[in-house]
Amino acid sequence: MSSPIVLPPPGAAPEPDPWNALRAFTAARIALGRSGTSVPLRESLAFRLAHAHARDAVYSALALEPLRAGLEQLQFPFCAVQSRAQTREQYLQRPDWGRQLTETSRAQLAELAIGESDIAVVLADGLSATAVNGHALPLLRQLLPMLKAAGFLLAPITLAEQARVALGDEVGQLLRARLVLMLIGERPGLSAPNSLGAYFTYGPRPGLTDEARNCVSNIRPEGLTYPAAAATLFYLLQEAMRRQLSGVGLKDESDLRLG
Amino acid sequence: MPYRHTIDSRTYVFDDLKTLLARASPLRSGDVLAGLAATTAAERVAAQFALADVPLRQFLTEALVPYEQDEVTRLIVDTHNAGAFAGIAHFTVGQLRDWLVSDAADAASLHALAPGLAPGLTPEMVAAVSKLLRNQELIAVARRCEVVTRFRNTLGLRGHLATRLQPNHPTDDLRGIAASLVDGLLYGSGDAVIGINPATDSPRVVHQLLQMLDEVREQYAIPTQTCVLCHVTTTLGLIEQGAPVDLTFQSIGGTEAANQSFGVSLALLQEAWEATLALRRGTLGQHVMYFETGQGSALSANAHQGVDQQTCEARAYAVARRFSPLLVNSVVGFIGPEYLYDGKQIIRAALEDHFCGKLLGLPMGVDVCYTNHAEADQDDMDTLLTLLGVAGCNYIMGVPGADDILLHYQSTSFHDALYLRQVLGLRPAPEFAAWLEQQGIFTAHGQLLPAAAAARRLGPLPSVLR
Repeated sequence: MSSPIVLPPPGAAPEPDPWNALRAFTAARIALGRSGTSVPLRESLAFRLAHAHARDAVYSALALEPLRAGLEQLQFPFCAVQSRAQTREQYLQRPDWGRQLTETSRAQLAELAIGESDIAVVLADGLSATAVNGHALPLLRQLLPMLKAAGFLLAPITLAEQARVALGDEVGQLLRARLVLMLIGERPGLSAPNSLGAYFTYGPRPGLTDEARNCVSNIRPEGLTYPAAAATLFYLLQEAMRRQLSGVGLKDESDLRLG
Repeated sequence: MPYRHTIDSRTYVFDDLKTLLARASPLRSGDVLAGLAATTAAERVAAQFALADVPLRQFLTEALVPYEQDEVTRLIVDTHNAGAFAGIAHFTVGQLRDWLVSDAADAASLHALAPGLAPGLTPEMVAAVSKLLRNQELIAVARRCEVVTRFRNTLGLRGHLATRLQPNHPTDDLRGIAASLVDGLLYGSGDAVIGINPATDSPRVVHQLLQMLDEVREQYAIPTQTCVLCHVTTTLGLIEQGAPVDLTFQSIGGTEAANQSFGVSLALLQEAWEATLALRRGTLGQHVMYFETGQGSALSANAHQGVDQQTCEARAYAVARRFSPLLVNSVVGFIGPEYLYDGKQIIRAALEDHFCGKLLGLPMGVDVCYTNHAEADQDDMDTLLTLLGVAGCNYIMGVPGADDILLHYQSTSFHDALYLRQVLGLRPAPEFAAWLEQQGIFTAHGQLLPAAAAARRLGPLPSVLR
């Protein structure tokens, strides 16, 4: 019998490329090095992990109990509602269902609307409940006192599951609010699976499209921080209420101020 | 005119050609969302049986989107070449399928078909026949179509695979972009085009990007072309200002309304084509347009007019071929799971798009890609990448580590192109391959050389990085 062939060990992980210093200029995955034509294992697994975080975020659910407890601390009544999409699979394939409330949820909100209000806040899972679970309460702790102090009347807070941005418009209308502010999980990227987006509509009603809304995005400690997001939103919401509009007409002014 | 097919004792009726095509389309979420998909698997096959019997001539008389209402329909009808069609005018869709997959349709006779007979085919005919083909047939037929285009190099030759180097950056930072660009070059990427998606459509920023790309190309004397993928009106304005524009880019769709949603019309594209041609910057050829498309774009703009998303996509190719483009690619998995739900649907759509484009005479590439909310991962992309390599796809994307940090989706990496070239024995565009060898990046056999030597021989970094 011939003796087994003993392979030499492949050695240490491949060296990064000599132009590794260029990594200082971009977050892109450059100078990765290679094993043959393959990405080095370390990089391959790092990519998989980033994608795994993003996938887990897409399939994450609103942590209703902690959110409930947090809102109670803030002394806000709230209501949990659902869209017509009953599962994540439906949600991903039927954006139209994610924009509509179930009949039960409609009835709940109609019952809750005891009078007119200025602003209705909706917390929605969107494509990353992880973002809402992590960032919604810290942001509200900064923003809600500012809105209250400015004299705005706030409607009960709504927690919406399997929801798209436009669902907020129907919630706002049912709660008889002049403006709806939706905090929703953004589509996860490899670099951030937990970005929170804030969308608001003045005069909310079903059927409005993106040009009727304003958006402040990338809210997370490593992106737009809570204090910065709260300040930007407070300014924009005041302007929207004062000028009685949202969307394209409002955007220019805010850009001027921010820029 | 209604179309029918009976299976056992059940007769399936399809009100018109548009409905028949939609019901015959392999399952995908976008057609379900639009309410156009077959409601049962059996209905889908019944529609495919009925579609197989439709004479190709029927497509010349029954417009899916009315001629009076849609300039893309008018383009298709008005530029249809009856002479080129004569050879297949007596075929049904099913007979066209049988001929395409037969031994008679060898490379030579298919070359006569595309581009020779391509002007005789309408996008709807090609979409129809694609719905009858299995994946392996989409690959086998497309593989026989060679579509060659030229600007500063030669793209699409059999046995070659090119890449678009895509060095995007979330804030259009010149150094960030240049860093990814150098990385890509040292991995042998960029023969199709070095093309940046800008974060903003600001003419000032786009101008800076164009100048930087042109400088780098000249510094290293790279036989390739550069492009900033901004809106066509921005490019037109910059051409007037004398910016170094090699190619004009635009996203396009398959209906007039879809194109309106992109802010373009055929007249505007014609104006841009003429303005770009007038610059005469190509050294080997004058293919100066770059188009991107993708199934679902018409529906997402509510502009699909009851036409299924794959047929809408094929109609976009009629728009593209009007302007003799250097590059056309479907950005197949970018649009999201409400149009293409999972890896299976993305793979099928990509093979359809590549097949339809090639049969219509277009230099098709594919952005092999997916988003994080699609049911897909790198393994699906590896499968698709390999299939497209076998199918003879003209080019794929080259994104650092497959992770686009501007557009937040996953495409193909520089490494992916190296893999595909190695397993299938494919080479970069000949002029670019010669340059890579001369720079010490590739061997004469197309193997990547050790990185240190290549980095030394490339010479000084671009000025923005020094």
